[in-house]
Amino acid sequence: MNVLELRGIHAAYDRIDVLFGVDLEVPESSVVALLGPNGAGKSTALRVAAGLHAPSSGDVLVAGRRVNGVRPEELARRGLCLIPEGRGIFPNLTVRENLRMMSYTGTSEAVIDERAFLRFPRLKERFTQTAGTLSGGEQQMLAMARGLATDPALLILDELSMGLAPIIVEELYEIVAQVAREGVSILVVEQFASTVLGVADFAAIIVHGRIARAGRPAELRDDLSKAYLGA
Amino acid sequence: MDKFLTFTIVGLTIAAIYAVIASGLVLTYTTTGIFNFAHGAAGMLFAFTYWQLRFDWGWPAPVALFVVLFILAPLFGVLLEAVIMRGLEGTTETVKLVVSISLLLFMIGLAQLIWKPGISRPMDNFYAQNPPINLGPTTITIHQAITIGIAIAVAITLRLVLTRLRIGIAMRAAVDDRPLSMLNGARPNRVSMLAWAMGTSLAALGGILIAPGIALDAPSLSLLIVSAYAAAIFGRLRSLPLTFLGAIVVGCAEGYLSGYLPQNQYLSGLRLAIPAIILFIVLLVLPNPRLRGRMTRSREFFPTPTIQGALYFAAAVVVIGVICATTMTDPDLITYGKVFSIGIVALSLVPLVGYSGQISLCQLSFAGIGAIVVAHLGHGGDPLAIVWAVLIAAAVGALVALPALRLSGIYLALGTAAFAVTLDRWVFTLPRLTVFGLFDVNLFESGSVSVDPLKFLGTTFDDPGSQMIMTAVAFALVSLLVIAIRRGRLGRRLLAMKDSEAACATLGLNLLGTKLTVFALSAGIAGLGGALYATQLTSITPNNFDLVSSLQIFALTVVGGIGAVGGALIGAASLLVLLPLIATLLPSIARWVVLFPGGAGIALGRNPNGAVHDIREGFAPLITSRKMMAAMTIGLAAVYALRLADVITNWPFVLISLAVIVAVTIVANLTQPRVVEAAAGVSEAELADVPLEWRGIDRAWTEADRDELDRRVGMSEAELHGVA
Repeated sequence: MNVLELRGIHAAYDRIDVLFGVDLEVPESSVVALLGPNGAGKSTALRVAAGLHAPSSGDVLVAGRRVNGVRPEELARRGLCLIPEGRGIFPNLTVRENLRMMSYTGTSEAVIDERAFLRFPRLKERFTQTAGTLSGGEQQMLAMARGLATDPALLILDELSMGLAPIIVEELYEIVAQVAREGVSILVVEQFASTVLGVADFAAIIVHGRIARAGRPAELRDDLSKAYLGA
Repeated sequence: MDKFLTFTIVGLTIAAIYAVIASGLVLTYTTTGIFNFAHGAAGMLFAFTYWQLRFDWGWPAPVALFVVLFILAPLFGVLLEAVIMRGLEGTTETVKLVVSISLLLFMIGLAQLIWKPGISRPMDNFYAQNPPINLGPTTITIHQAITIGIAIAVAITLRLVLTRLRIGIAMRAAVDDRPLSMLNGARPNRVSMLAWAMGTSLAALGGILIAPGIALDAPSLSLLIVSAYAAAIFGRLRSLPLTFLGAIVVGCAEGYLSGYLPQNQYLSGLRLAIPAIILFIVLLVLPNPRLRGRMTRSREFFPTPTIQGALYFAAAVVVIGVICATTMTDPDLITYGKVFSIGIVALSLVPLVGYSGQISLCQLSFAGIGAIVVAHLGHGGDPLAIVWAVLIAAAVGALVALPALRLSGIYLALGTAAFAVTLDRWVFTLPRLTVFGLFDVNLFESGSVSVDPLKFLGTTFDDPGSQMIMTAVAFALVSLLVIAIRRGRLGRRLLAMKDSEAACATLGLNLLGTKLTVFALSAGIAGLGGALYATQLTSITPNNFDLVSSLQIFALTVVGGIGAVGGALIGAASLLVLLPLIATLLPSIARWVVLFPGGAGIALGRNPNGAVHDIREGFAPLITSRKMMAAMTIGLAAVYALRLADVITNWPFVLISLAVIVAVTIVANLTQPRVVEAAAGVSEAELADVPLEWRGIDRAWTEADRDELDRRVGMSEAELHGVA
């Protein structure tokens, strides 16, 4: 069964259409990469999946059930975990308070702390520090901690690498791979295609709001440069 | 020393009340980003409710307190959040402010509707019959001790809730990033509801504590809480500990100043203005946030007015003025005649608030200055006095702007409100005084001052009809000026500044000079409005120019559409024509009219562009069609001729005129060719008319557009098909 399925999704911002019938499947225990140039509609597709943006038509299915119109907080409680692009943290709360916010999905606070510190010991050192004063990498770790600590059914990562040094991006993707090996389904959007194709089981290329090509990463490598550069 | 201690205890008691009120304000601001101007009014409303239960119906104090603080106030807060505040997401600060100001007006109206003003409603202190506690050199009453104790308890409870409880953390998280808090599974709507419930309860608690010390009067109780705002500003509307510190500073300052200030006729008014002055100082002294580069998206959109439209508008205003002056009776003209002079005051808001996004709540104070100038210099109707009124009001406007330039958004609104309060509570009430032994200043002569009718071009404007025409012409001219500004260089600068001050600064725009210019200009226009208003009133008092009236004009102008001159006319007309008209025509609901300005402002959250936007869209086909305009003009002229020949009376005249306008507009709308066509069936030539970047916006997006876009950005079809 697919953990997430988008069927014929159309979406618009005011009168500007962005997605034109996007179909996408995330099978259980697999990593799916959604790739494409700027403005192709990647983030919008994720926002639709997470309930943050209502599609103008089409269906969103989570674990086989239609969830159009379900509020994002309810989807989060059903195990859909979106780490938004930029820094997915509350900058004016402390690290401790940021971690406490993660307990709304049902995992106990003690378990969250334990799992977060196991993977990111740095966060323990910064426990009482205001999150906005952490370094970019530390902030992304804190954001990632939600995905690791709350047992999500599906982890959605939007531009994990944005504004981070390559070495930190590499570190973060190692963790993604590890999480994937534990059986968590992952949908990842990334501009650094080569990094993410190493981790993905399936990939889809989105151009002009349409899925232009989908398949195994190896089959898509050649098409990628065309999608990005028109070369 | 004993006296000092006594004043300290008085000050700390005041501080405790301010702390309670201000913490409620901070709570709602930090969790929802809305500065609730009506916070004090909520306290007022529940002080009245408590009085009703406890003293009028004789309920026991604990029961009355429980019902008010734990049932009615939280329910009211939840209702506010669900019905009004939730709809304000994505609106500008101006709209948010107007909605909460309107709420303030609404609550004052509601309180006056339920509890008739002018009746004494004494409220006892808690345990008033018990003797005070002896503290050695001084004493403290039980009410004072309870008040201070409550403030401490509130401080500790809030601290624990916001940092220890998950729901409290979620409240703060929702401010940081509302969508992210949803992604975490928190339910932000419930969190906001809780914040508003708690905030309203705290306001109610403060209102109940403060009411026994002062008269139970709706407007003064609602605005007295200005001091609590000063305390909240201390904490930059975020930090609760600093807010409590601020409350202590403000409360003690008030205690000492009212204790030690010498008793004389010049300073009695100052005592009432102390909170406002402290607020002003706090705003200026505290460091301000730096220029923010982030552009906020909003749902507001004001198109550039056309020259043709502006001329039509100005002509229509003059024609309406002439028609009214020639058809209406003198008493009616006196009732409705101030629409254009107050309309000019409303117009002063258009460049300032509408174009440049600087919020000012003291435009009526500038109008008051214009009125004073014309009263003192306009003896014998000297028209030069009007020029002086404009210049002096503009100069004062620039003076106020100088310190206020450091402020923006909500802080600027509060600063200008504090200026208005200082003026109408203290400066306007000053008796005759001599400045530096040189000038003899006598503003309102401690009461009212008479104004001579204006003489100009050999005409004396001493009857309501000629005044109506004169003010209509002035309104039309100022409208043209405001539109010229919008279309010119200054207008572009103002709009750019509103969008992003940081971007303007990097482009080399002189922010200081631009802000100063627009403030002075706007104050000058308000001064002109005030001067003309004064010549219509023939006798003016400080009450004509108080803050509450200023708030009404502000709110209704924003409702009308602050970005366009038509909005100013709609704002003034709804206040000075529609309300009296409803009260006259339907005496049974006349009492409810007080709720209208507030109600209209609250509805603004649904349509942030104001009424004028919709009206203009409706009339657009009419204005662009010469045939239809001619038909309407002929129709209206015919009806007007019938009225002048006394064939019909006023009411049929009004109804038939409206019918003509509506009918022609409908015909124009039906016959007008559609501007936006469906893509299907549109010729290639027409397609080429719409620039590429507007396709999909100005008309439907087609496959052909996609191909053209690909071609233009350098992607050949073959390459694309290779991918697809």
